[in-house]
Amino acid sequence: MRIGGFFLLLLVVVALAAPWLGTVDPTLFDAASRDLKPGASGEIMTLEGDMLKHTFLMGSDSFGRDIYSRVLYGTRVSLMVGLSSALVALSFGIVLGLSAGYIRWLDGLLMRVMDGIMAIPAILIAIAVVALWRASLPTVIVAIAIPEIPRVTRLVRSLVLSIREEPYVEAAVALGTRAPKIMFGHILPNCIAPLLVQGTYICAFAILLEAILSFLGVGLPPDVPTWGNIMAEGRVQFVAYPHNVFFPGVFLAVTVLAVNILGDGLRDTLDPKMAKRV
Amino acid sequence: MAGDAATSEQIASIRAGLGLDRPIVVQFGIWLAKVLSGDLGQSYYFRIGVATLIGQRLEPTFALSTLTILIAVVVSIPLGVVAAWRFGGWFDRALMGFSVLGFSVPVFVLAYLLIWLVSLQLGWLPVQGYMRIADGFWPFLRHLILPSVTLSVIYIALIARVTRASVLEALGEDYIRTARAKGLPELRVLVRHALANAAVPIATVIGIGIAILIGGVVVTESVYAIPGLGRLTVDAVLARDFPTIQGVILFFSFVYVAINLLIDLSYAFLDPRIRY
Repeated sequence: MRIGGFFLLLLVVVALAAPWLGTVDPTLFDAASRDLKPGASGEIMTLEGDMLKHTFLMGSDSFGRDIYSRVLYGTRVSLMVGLSSALVALSFGIVLGLSAGYIRWLDGLLMRVMDGIMAIPAILIAIAVVALWRASLPTVIVAIAIPEIPRVTRLVRSLVLSIREEPYVEAAVALGTRAPKIMFGHILPNCIAPLLVQGTYICAFAILLEAILSFLGVGLPPDVPTWGNIMAEGRVQFVAYPHNVFFPGVFLAVTVLAVNILGDGLRDTLDPKMAKRV
Repeated sequence: MAGDAATSEQIASIRAGLGLDRPIVVQFGIWLAKVLSGDLGQSYYFRIGVATLIGQRLEPTFALSTLTILIAVVVSIPLGVVAAWRFGGWFDRALMGFSVLGFSVPVFVLAYLLIWLVSLQLGWLPVQGYMRIADGFWPFLRHLILPSVTLSVIYIALIARVTRASVLEALGEDYIRTARAKGLPELRVLVRHALANAAVPIATVIGIGIAILIGGVVVTESVYAIPGLGRLTVDAVLARDFPTIQGVILFFSFVYVAINLLIDLSYAFLDPRIRY
């Protein structure tokens, strides 16, 4: 868990400090510096028209853009999408799950709708939503969050069903506390630990899915530097220049691994009974 | 669809032809009635019926998925059983490490890694493409091995993990001690007594994994240039071909639900205590 957390912290720092880590504007391109091997030196033209000496640590793509800069700036997109998607999915899932678990007449209706969404594989929902709305950062985040909402809803609902029988909830009901206050003030705080674990898994999945969408060309527009877009651009020339695919691929894999390790660690810490088994 | 230079009359006539001038509820009603009678509509882009289109693209996807599930099941279940048998040992820890890794490495990263290693460096298998089974079995299989192996990794990680947990639980039961006490060979104890009683959760996860498999098919077919349903989905989205998108998603969801129904029904066979 420490390794995962440490690596994520490092990534956040890299994402925030990207402009000062020897990068250039990730959208800059220069026809003279196309398809450079990693470590090659060259020049790149700035927006003002000045030639800038630059070492292409990870090489350049077929437009002459610096892969290193694009990968580092891509970290921002990935982390943002991961975190935002998890937050969106959790918020909707919490409200729906609390409602389904606590307000009995809503339960059947809500859960059947959730079952319906779960019958469609996540990636297809995301692709369909993006196709419907045209891709931008908010639509991609929502598209990734939607298939995760039923999973959060089910988790919260099952927790509510057991927590609502606890004596302190009965006491609150007996004291005439209003339903919203019981749901959010008494029940929700006791769901936090499993939700935190679920949140990290959603985050890992969202980072992965965003990269897949971009890679397939249905995600964020190609000029936005994301790991998926860099790989999509590089795949055409994969045989000659594999580095365009490998560097963002390694960043992506290690990031998702770090988030998953963090999630496993959190689960083991918060729920020691599960730790030994799965 | 009408092109850039269309007049407003042309646009209006296309809209009327597609029925887009009618209220949403009516459009949905017509669509639903047609779907129920097996008509998925006409593709805007390919200009043929969506059902025909899906039929044309079915073979590669079916072949890829079948081989993937086959590889995954044959590899992952023994791995999971051995890990549970040697719980806490080096093999167990290695498998758990592999499974976290398997969940984290994206399908397309793995795909390119394998292409680079197996096809470009070693030259054992073709880089990409697809051969119909009618063109000969060996060329067909050669083109399918790499995509299936790529796709099966995450599936192996998933099934091996659940097999391990489920067999581990069975191994703690009294009947395992009884079986060992009466001197049964260890293999028979593991397979007939432990694995057989751990079968239901394993079957469940194979069914749930179909969702991951479908997602993986979309990506794998794009990387390996396989003209199947996954590739069709992406092409349809890029061409904003809505009838095809709807049709493919409906088809995939139907397959997912149908397979899970079959798995639910198989419980009665795997565990005679379950009756429907």
